[in-house]
Amino acid sequence: MFNTLQEKFPLIQKFALLGGIVAIYLTAVGVVITFSLRNLIGTFVSLGHVFLVLGAVGAGVLIAQQFKDEDDASTYVAGFLTGAMSSVSLILFNIVVQLFVVQASEEGVFHLREMFVNFSPDSLAFLTFGQGFLFGNVLLFFLFGLMGLLGVSFIRLPEKIRRGWINGLIWVFSVGLFSENVSQVIRELFKYSGTSFNKILFTQKALNPVAAIVLFALTFAFGYMGIKTATSQKWAAMPVEKQKTGRIVITVMAVIFVAALPWLVGLFLSQALFIIGMYVMMGLGLNIVVGYAGLLDLGYVAFFAFGAYTMGILTTTGVLGRSDLNFWTALPFAMLVGVLWGVLLGFPVLRMRGDYLAIVTLGFGEIIRILALSNWLAPLGGGAQGVLHIPQPEFFGLSMNSPQAMYYLVVLGAVLAAFVTIRLRDSRLGRQWMAMREDEDVAEAMGINLVQTKLLAFSIGAAFSALAGSIFAARLGNIFPHSFNILISINALALIIVGGLGSIPGVVVGAIILIGLPEMLREFAEYRLLMYGILLIIMMIVKPDGFMPEARRRQEIKDEKDFLTEQAAKSEG
Amino acid sequence: MAMLEINDIHTYYGNIHALKGISLTVEEGEIVTLIGANGAGKTTTLRTISGLLTPREGSISYLGNDITGVPAHDLVYQRMAMVPEGRGVFAKLTVQENLEMGAYSRNDKEGIARDFERVFELFPRLKERRKQVAGTLSGGEQQMLATGRAMMTSPRLLMLDEPSMGLAPVLVDAVFDAIVEINKEGTTILLVEQNALMALSIANRGYVLQTGQIVLHDDAAALKQNEMVQKAYLGMD
Ligand SMILES: Nc1ncnc2c1ncn2[C@@H]1O[C@H](COP(=O)(O)OP(=O)(O)OP(=O)(O)O)[C@@H](O)[C@H]1O
Ligand SMILES: [Mg+2]
Repeated sequence: MFNTLQEKFPLIQKFALLGGIVAIYLTAVGVVITFSLRNLIGTFVSLGHVFLVLGAVGAGVLIAQQFKDEDDASTYVAGFLTGAMSSVSLILFNIVVQLFVVQASEEGVFHLREMFVNFSPDSLAFLTFGQGFLFGNVLLFFLFGLMGLLGVSFIRLPEKIRRGWINGLIWVFSVGLFSENVSQVIRELFKYSGTSFNKILFTQKALNPVAAIVLFALTFAFGYMGIKTATSQKWAAMPVEKQKTGRIVITVMAVIFVAALPWLVGLFLSQALFIIGMYVMMGLGLNIVVGYAGLLDLGYVAFFAFGAYTMGILTTTGVLGRSDLNFWTALPFAMLVGVLWGVLLGFPVLRMRGDYLAIVTLGFGEIIRILALSNWLAPLGGGAQGVLHIPQPEFFGLSMNSPQAMYYLVVLGAVLAAFVTIRLRDSRLGRQWMAMREDEDVAEAMGINLVQTKLLAFSIGAAFSALAGSIFAARLGNIFPHSFNILISINALALIIVGGLGSIPGVVVGAIILIGLPEMLREFAEYRLLMYGILLIIMMIVKPDGFMPEARRRQEIKDEKDFLTEQAAKSEG
Repeated sequence: MAMLEINDIHTYYGNIHALKGISLTVEEGEIVTLIGANGAGKTTTLRTISGLLTPREGSISYLGNDITGVPAHDLVYQRMAMVPEGRGVFAKLTVQENLEMGAYSRNDKEGIARDFERVFELFPRLKERRKQVAGTLSGGEQQMLATGRAMMTSPRLLMLDEPSMGLAPVLVDAVFDAIVEINKEGTTILLVEQNALMALSIANRGYVLQTGQIVLHDDAAALKQNEMVQKAYLGMD
């Protein structure tokens, strides 16, 4: 064992350094401290702790992968060493803070904190667990060692235990993180039963330690017994008719779930659900343009703006009002305007491909926003003042003025968009898009009219975006040019990439991750873009096809593997 | 009347004068080959005929109609097909789906089914690999697929741009055999090739292209004996 460790010591050093860099980075930019306000279990495990040990755990995982062929004992020792050594950077950090901030604070010899705001006594106290300088640092060292072990355990434990272990940890982490939302749901569910589960489960917006242990034990057991695989095997073994009824039952349950969701999660999250739904609509539209037709459009927000402004101007009761249409009668016009502009903006870029197209559409998006802001168009769209007093839609005489009601509207729109997308994908037009995306010249040589095919992609995508825009306008009641900035385009694009380009479930998953999560973690808004960036980078490295790759792409990955193994067999034989 | 008649065409890429007055004819049922050095304008000629480029001067007539400036996607319906240089298969689609895309312009189900059979007879390897994603085919198989896909448009005139490029000699033979077979079944062929010897051995007539102009044109057998051709393109002294 000693020999193996000695031999692989450079690797241990390397990963420890890596883990240390991650840890000190997250600490120095303040992620650790800020997120320490969000407790996961009781008051002693917070999201900050998770970020603190992320580097050490990661280093443990990496080292375990390098020790694939070694025995368990040396791997675990290596994991501990790697983790513990990655704490060195933080111990140095503590020393620096102790010397130059805590002890120098009165005289102010050297004002480190003027440059580095997070080199603070608070950070120091957090990193030493309030246990004093010396003992605290020793504790930190050993904790990081344990976290290295944790990383190794993710790779090394026997299959069944590993499954239970990871399952349990994920559940405890997620429930702890979203304690507030989970308790809200439980409150709604047991509103009339009188018992208060929440008191048992949660303390101060975090999981109660005992509850955490119970939850862990339960989910561990589920993972250990492999409930998921067992269920899917049973499902596969079922006769076809039974699967059919099963599918109907699942669909009905899904519909009930989606319908009940806004009432379960409360007002604030209903608003988040509304925004997610809106982005799903936009994502589906952009997915047609980028995912199916392969046209990289970075100015997608323009159509969102057209939809919102058309809805606003047509229905407002304020000074800009031009007609007395209501939401429903104005909706077709809003979408029509979107389609028309889709075609209009599509024409000039017909001959462009790839990066050129991206740059030009990016420009379009900005031009539209600046035009909306200009005095020149102020008589029409209100300039910087925007359009005010946009009434909410009415449904059989009832005003849909709650987030919940608007949520239903947005779900309806998203379902419609998904339906249209599926039908188009499987149609002749869908094949035209795919062929065009793969090779424009060959597509043309097969008899595909590129002009028509491109314009259809642009205009259908624009229609979805305009639909989302009109609902957005009706929900907010007033719209301003600055709401239509490039970030909306970027969000929509990022979510379809994260979900899996071309995949419809991927759009939903992408919207939940990129739009929903930040809404739920609002108090950390300053780190939103940082997290966003990190997530995208990690995604592109580990899961370049997105969380839910399109069925076709999954097939392709499989085929490629088959092909490679076949080739390998051939060359050996 | 010739099937394809090109009259003094000039094609430009911006200011670059790529084709400087090219005229050629292809009779129904022939195999005609176009040979020339790199950059002579062979690909440009094919792209101009098939409507991907528009000539600035000159005219092209096909089956008695003037098709100058008619876009490529319309010419497919007049049963003209091209296999582009570098093959251009739809990498993400399976072999079967690629062939289906070839039949995009048609809706005669029986004819399509018949042509499927025909392609698989010509290229049995494609049949074996029907479900494989085209991007993972070998270079030779991709060439077969691209040719097969063009056959699926049911062309009367088939134009091929360097079908032998990058292929092992065995595969070159297979592809050329298939071309001869396709021609025997009644499809006229216009073949662009670097491999002049191969091309001239299956063609009826040939044209030699040099820097955007046709410098020589004769029966294939005669061209093979031509001193200049032997020196420049057949590598003989
Ligand atoms: N897209 C383009 N833009 C500018 N010039 C081009 C373009 N395509 C081709 N050319 C030029 O036109 C001339 C003819 O090119 P072409 O591709 O037709 O040659 P080729 O005979 O097919 O050559 P090869 O045997 O190498 O394929 C060359 O000088 C080439 O550089
Ligand atoms: Mg060429």
